[in-house]
This record gives sequence, C-alpha cells and structure tokens, in this order.
Amino acid sequence: MAKITLDKLAHSYLPHPKSDADFALKELDYEWEDGGAYALLGPSGCGKTTLLNIISGLLVPSKGNILFGGQDVTHLQPEERNIAQVFQFPVIYDTMTVRQNLEFPLVNRRVPKDEIDKRVHDMIGVLDLADKADRKARGLTADEKQKISLGRGLVRYDVNAILFDEPLTVIDPHMKWQLRTKLKDLHRQLGHTMIYVTHDQTEALTFADKVVVMYDGEVVQIGTPEELFDEPAHTFVGYFIGSPGMNILASNVKGNIARIGQHEIELSHHYRALGASAELGIRPEFVKLESGNKGLPVTVNAVEDIGRFKIVRASLEGQEINAVLPEGAPVPAEPNISFETARINVYENSHLVRKSA
Amino acid sequence: MDKTYNNKAWLLVIPVFLLVAISAIIPIMTVVNYSVQDTFGNNQFFWAGTEWFEDVLNSERFWDALGRNVLFSFIILSIEIPLGIAIALAMPKKGPWVPVCLVLMALPLLIPWNVVGTIWQIFGRADIGLLGHTLDSIGINYNYTANVFDAWVTIIVMDVWHWTSLVVLLCYAGLVSIPEAYYQAARIDGASRWSVFRFIQLPKMRGVLIIAFLLRFMDSFMIYTEPFVLTGGGPGNSTTFMSIDLVKQAIGQFDLGPAAAMSLIYQLIVLLVCYVFFTVMSNVGAEKPEQGVED
Repeated sequence: MAKITLDKLAHSYLPHPKSDADFALKELDYEWEDGGAYALLGPSGCGKTTLLNIISGLLVPSKGNILFGGQDVTHLQPEERNIAQVFQFPVIYDTMTVRQNLEFPLVNRRVPKDEIDKRVHDMIGVLDLADKADRKARGLTADEKQKISLGRGLVRYDVNAILFDEPLTVIDPHMKWQLRTKLKDLHRQLGHTMIYVTHDQTEALTFADKVVVMYDGEVVQIGTPEELFDEPAHTFVGYFIGSPGMNILASNVKGNIARIGQHEIELSHHYRALGASAELGIRPEFVKLESGNKGLPVTVNAVEDIGRFKIVRASLEGQEINAVLPEGAPVPAEPNISFETARINVYENSHLVRKSA
Repeated sequence: MDKTYNNKAWLLVIPVFLLVAISAIIPIMTVVNYSVQDTFGNNQFFWAGTEWFEDVLNSERFWDALGRNVLFSFIILSIEIPLGIAIALAMPKKGPWVPVCLVLMALPLLIPWNVVGTIWQIFGRADIGLLGHTLDSIGINYNYTANVFDAWVTIIVMDVWHWTSLVVLLCYAGLVSIPEAYYQAARIDGASRWSVFRFIQLPKMRGVLIIAFLLRFMDSFMIYTEPFVLTGGGPGNSTTFMSIDLVKQAIGQFDLGPAAAMSLIYQLIVLLVCYVFFTVMSNVGAEKPEQGVED
C-alpha cells in the first residue's frame, strides 16, 4: 500500500510533441493518498487509460515522474511495481482451478506453502467462492471470473495499488451492483489504494472517495461525489455528471445580477464583471417550473416521463434548458421558470468562478 | 403448427446427391464389390465372401506396411507439432516482418507433392545433388537408395520441410488471438516464460492444435508420393507404406480383390484413429459441463 505521487506527469504518443494538443495527457501534478479509492472518470479518449497504463508501468511517460510511497517507479516494469490489475474482461488461467488461480501469484513469488494455503483460504472466503474453490475456473460466470482476477491481486497483501480498467463492462447489469458493493466492502476491509477507470458516472460515484474527472487529456476536477454535484469546477463536469446534466446558459454577469436576453436573475454573490464567455450553471434538480408571472417565460419542447420523475425539455431565449419535476407534478401550460439562487454556479471560459464577497 | 410439405425440395437436393454419388458412393461401392469377389478376365466374377479380408489380415506384408505407417506418423507428429509450436512462438506478432514470415511459411504448402519429392531426390543425390555431394565430400556416406536409415531420414526431412509450416500457421493464428491483457496479467502475477506458455498460450492453442494434429496424422498416414518418387518403396521394402503397397497390388499385380479389401481396412483404420484422437483431445483439459454453472 502506498501513496501515489504524479510529479509533473505528461504523456504524448508522438515522439516530438510540440503544442499542447500533441499531448494525450497534459501535465498532472497530484498526490493520491494511501488507501484511497479513486475513480478516473471521463469519456472515451480523454486520457484515462493512458494515465492508468502509466501507473501500471505499461507506458513510460514522456515527461515527469511517478512515485509510489516516495519511491520513483517511472522506469520500473509492471512486475517490479508490485501492483495488481483487473482488466475489462476477466483474465483467468483456464486450465487451473479457482484455488490454483489464487495461488499462482504467490507461488511465482515463492511464498512458503503454509502461508499460501492460509492466505488463499482466507481470500476464497472473502470472495464467497468457497463452494467453487476446486472447480476449474473456466466454467464459472463472468462475475465470478472477475472476482478471481481481483482475488489474484488481493492475496498479495503488500500490493501498492489495485488498478481497475472498466472491470464491469462484461458483467450482467443485475450483478454489477453486487460486485460493486463487494469491491467497496473489500476496500473498507483491506484498505488498499484503488484506482478505478470508468466512463460510467454511477460506477465512479458509488465506488470512489474521490472522483478524478478527465476531459481532453486534462484533469478538470478531483472531488468527492458531492463536490462534483454541487460545484462542478468545469462546465464539462457539470454536463457529464448528473442525468440529465447541468444546464449551461450563456449570460451576462455583473455584480450579483445575471442577464439572459432581457431577463435578470439574481445571484447569491457579487462577481466582478465577466467577459462574453460567462455562463450560468444550474442543475435541473434546482430549476422550478410554475405558472404565473414569476420567473422567466420558457417554451416546453418535450416532457420525458422516466418513472420516478419527469424531465421537461424547454427553451429559454433560444437556449435549451432542462428541469426535473417530481412524478405527478403537472406541467403548466404557459410555464415560467425560476432557479434556486444558492445553487447557481457562474463560469468563465468554462471554468468555475469561485464565489467571493 | 402444420408443417408444409413441398416435394420440389427434392429437386434442390438432387445435384448434391449426384455429385456425392459420383465422387464417393459409387467408387466406394465398386471397391466393396471387388473386395468380396474374385475377378477374372472378361469380367467374370466369383463370390469370395470374407476370404480376401482374411488373407490380408493374415499376411505379414500388410502388418509390416501398417507398422511402417504407424512409425512414420508417430515420428512426423512428434517432430512437426513441437517444432511448429516453437516456430509460431518465435514469429513476430506485429510489425513489417509479419507478412514476410507468413509468406515464407506458406511457400512450401504451395508446392505439389511430387515436385517436393523430385526436389529432394535430386538435392540428395551424391553425384549432382547439393546436399548429397556435400555430405559425401565431408566423408558421410549418405545414400538413400541403398541405406534404409538414409531413406527414412530423407522422407521424414521432406515431410517436415513440406508440412511443418501448416502447423506453424495454425498455431500462429491461435497465438495472435490471445488478448494482450493475458500477457499483462501474467507479468503482474510474476509468471515465468514457461508459465505463460503452459497456462496461457498452450490452453488457448488447444483448438487449433487438435486440428493440426488430425490433419498431420491423416496426411502422414496416407504418405505416398514422397517415397514413391524417391525410391519407389525401397530400398527393399523399407519405405513401402500401405498406400504404396496398395498401388503395387492393385495396379502392379492386378490383384483387385486383396487390394480392395486392404483399402477398406486402411480406410477403417484412418476413421477409427481420427475418431479416437478427436474424442480424447477434445476432452483433455475440457471441463465437463456441470449443471447450473454454464455461463
């Protein structure tokens, strides 16, 4: 177990990168705590797999260093880094039994026989595979196989970190939840540093203590699930996290007043005068839809009833805006919308403008 | 639900049926016909029953030829399968050398049997052949027409040269289909090179190896052209395999009855051995499906 330090890390797949755009991973300078559960979240091509490969040692970064517990491991091979990895689809040794699969990494490291027996026995218990321990691994279901590949990492008590590369991709939906809960449990029990790559926000938000949101080779925000929901540091985070994502409205901001067209919206804080790239961000959960004269007039384009709540898709001065209504609430004929003032975030050049007095 | 019967469907089956009849059923029934009768000139046939079969099975000549076939196939398989796997493992998995290697490997497969025989026959001659002359001049007395051992070595080398690449290509196809994650996982688990081969590569090649094994067995068991071109079955009877013996009997001596009986026995042996190999090899390492665990 170890703290992971990304020291001015950057990577380009080109031999001689010139501009910023040539970098698949732009400069990162972070320290990840020992024993933390981190999720790398972002769309395809955002650099999250590149970062994972750098941590696991399959890639050597073009710039900067990576440290495990203070020790520089930038140029070490995967097998020398003492990490474990769970891949997108289950990797098991077909011809071995479940028990032999779990023994394999320990046998290779010449751990004494009785120590292996003890650890593997414990691990089989932890993974709930006791009744299948002596069965050939190839006959098991995908989620059981995935547990085995996780177990092969966990039996090595001293692993620096366990890496997950979209490990639930091939798991049936109803098993995903169970396996995720199991992972969370194991993390609590064993306290390994875990890094989990995914493009599924639900997975990331339920698994991780800290979610690292990546976009276009950059880390745009590292935060707890609450922080990502309440104060997205970047409009991308607001849009990517949440379903539907945050509403982003181009606006004119001055002092504590934001203008959209001819309409004025009161803000909870004073802001310095922002340029033309100013935007308001408001979660659909905090948009109210009422009839009457209060608020801003909108045109409703569509209503999607998804069971627990309704999503109203509307437009305000030509800009799209979504609102979430509780199930059963009527959609007014000529609605006006209003925002929960405290929940409005202000962005400039897509980055959050911190609230100041 | 009522089934629809439409007898026009037979029209669609007839061409295939005719083709199979001409290419397989009629020839094999002709052979069966010969095997149970004694044939004289002017197409006079006399019923012989199982007499020819008994004759064949009681003849030393048949058992000797069968023994040579078994020995030959055994040697061929035990050389070509491990060698094929080794070459496939050594081949590059990506890069500009992949097509070069594949083409080089495919080349011997494109050459007809009798040409391979002729190439090696000339190559091995002590007077004009490069190999024969070289061996001769460094003092090794190599002569496939007089020495039984030399004749066997030559035929085996010919076959290995000709057909190992088939095993290589099949194994290579099996190897490149293994996802990269398996190798990464093995590295992380600290597996040795041997473990990677034993627990990842070999199990993943099982399917193609069964096919390679069966193809090479059948093909080596029906060996004909190489010894025929090289020495015609000699020296003595040392390379007279079953197929050569069969041709000698049927066309050389016109003993149609015994030859027909022998070819049927030959066929049965091939079928039986292939069936046994296939059953055994498909079950080796395969988990018997247990109830409720299939995914």
